[in-house]
Amino acid sequence: MPACVTFEDLTLGYNSHPAVHHLNGVVQKGSLTAVVGANGSGKSTLMKGIVGILKPMSGHCSIAADVTLAYLPQQSELDRSFPARVIDLVTLGLWPRRGLLGRYNSEDRKSVADALSAVGLEGFEKRPIDTLSGGQLQRALFARVLVQDANLILLDEPFNAIDAKTVADLIGLIKRWHGEERTVFVVVHDLDLVREHFPDALLLARGSVAWGEARKTLSSENLLRARQFHEAWDEDAPWCATGDAHEHDRAHQPRGVA
Amino acid sequence: MLLYDWFIAPFAEFAFMQRALLGAVLLSLSACPVGVFLMLRRMSLTGDAMAHALLPGAAVGFLLYGLELLPMTLGGLIAGMVVALSAGAVSRLTIQKEDASMAAFYLISLAFGVLIVSLRGSNVDLMHVLFGTVLALNDEALSLIGGISFFTLASLAIFWRALVAECLDPLFLRSVSRLGPPVHFVFLGLVVLNLVGGFQALGTLLSVGLMMVPAAAARFWTVRVHPMCALAIGFGILSCVSGLLLSYHASLPSGPAIILSAGVLYIISIFAGARGLLASRVRSRSHRTA
Repeated sequence: MPACVTFEDLTLGYNSHPAVHHLNGVVQKGSLTAVVGANGSGKSTLMKGIVGILKPMSGHCSIAADVTLAYLPQQSELDRSFPARVIDLVTLGLWPRRGLLGRYNSEDRKSVADALSAVGLEGFEKRPIDTLSGGQLQRALFARVLVQDANLILLDEPFNAIDAKTVADLIGLIKRWHGEERTVFVVVHDLDLVREHFPDALLLARGSVAWGEARKTLSSENLLRARQFHEAWDEDAPWCATGDAHEHDRAHQPRGVA
Repeated sequence: MLLYDWFIAPFAEFAFMQRALLGAVLLSLSACPVGVFLMLRRMSLTGDAMAHALLPGAAVGFLLYGLELLPMTLGGLIAGMVVALSAGAVSRLTIQKEDASMAAFYLISLAFGVLIVSLRGSNVDLMHVLFGTVLALNDEALSLIGGISFFTLASLAIFWRALVAECLDPLFLRSVSRLGPPVHFVFLGLVVLNLVGGFQALGTLLSVGLMMVPAAAARFWTVRVHPMCALAIGFGILSCVSGLLLSYHASLPSGPAIILSAGVLYIISIFAGARGLLASRVRSRSHRTA
């Protein structure tokens, strides 16, 4: 399969401290990948790197030319007190098609209505977003992703604080996207969910611990290795010497692990 | 006839009242929707800070050319833009948030302004810059306010979608477009422009009142941005008309009378608005089945 996103020695981070460190690999077109790892292992940072919100500190993240991208950040980024209705939120998904000034036509309105019914929010069009439950809001945001009609879909922890029924419905949507040969890249914490529904997984601990078929990636050995990862932010950490691979590996050896 | 004497005659019979009314209406048309967006971005106090930031520019204009509209306006515009851009740049390039950088830059700017005014002129001049006189708008000032009003409404119409997206879900906007940062600066530019437009009429300090108070009142009535802007404009115009009439009949200074009228509308809205205190009290006593 051709590459959709390629990471070449990609390092992303904040204030000279890496959150994603020398990551290499390829997200293939049409793949459905779960990104797994502890808090602070770089999952959300990697998402922001792919979207281009965060520039690489070194290395590259390249996206294939024909790719259109839809990104669903964690919910906390959204201002829920903003005076908007469900339909206003979902209509934002038309931006890639209509941009700043394009007029919405009847086809656009139909795609918004279809998306709302696909996520089970018919009749919610005029509800102010501050009256939605967490699950309903997440459904609305999935509807917006549907409207965007992108071929690379990035979802950052879409199942956090969401009930089982809603998770099942949203997984159904993700599988539908996978069936339509869209590339889907999802940050997930629930490993059972990954084993059950995701063909591929990337186990992240700043760098990639393992990346491939989900069941193999989530082996107990790999999980143990990932657990040794410290959520360390060491002000005095030595500078990363990228020239010498051996030096470099030693510089990043977790403390206490020889 | 009493109604005519009270409400129509002052405007029908006096040209200065007609000009004041026209200026105030034009100002409401553009400043009030800008205020709505400031409020929705939780930047309600930014308008106040920016109003102070205009002072040194206006003062330099005043120092060089006296009480002339154009130099003072241009000066205010430049000072406001410098403060807005500097505060925005510091918040984007360093760890400091915009509220802190804005506070630092506007206070520096304000101190400069007071210093410059004190180099020449009396307190009376300073009072004019700070508090304006809507009852003394000349043709030049009116066309300036008209131009600003037109430019603001056009910009809001063009950037509407981006402004809404930037408030509601800024990360989403950044994922689909690069317009986020430029739109933020365009918006800050509109804030400065409207404050500059207002300071001939209301002064630097009170022009922010016409921007924010009707917007804050409108928030209690509706849950959508379009009607909120329309309502804020309506409240703004109503405040201007009643403020001017109060000023005329009771010989009160016009600027404060206008803002206090808006204040009365705000307090009424807190209680009587569709999303105000009384409505939520009534709702909390009964509930639906689903």
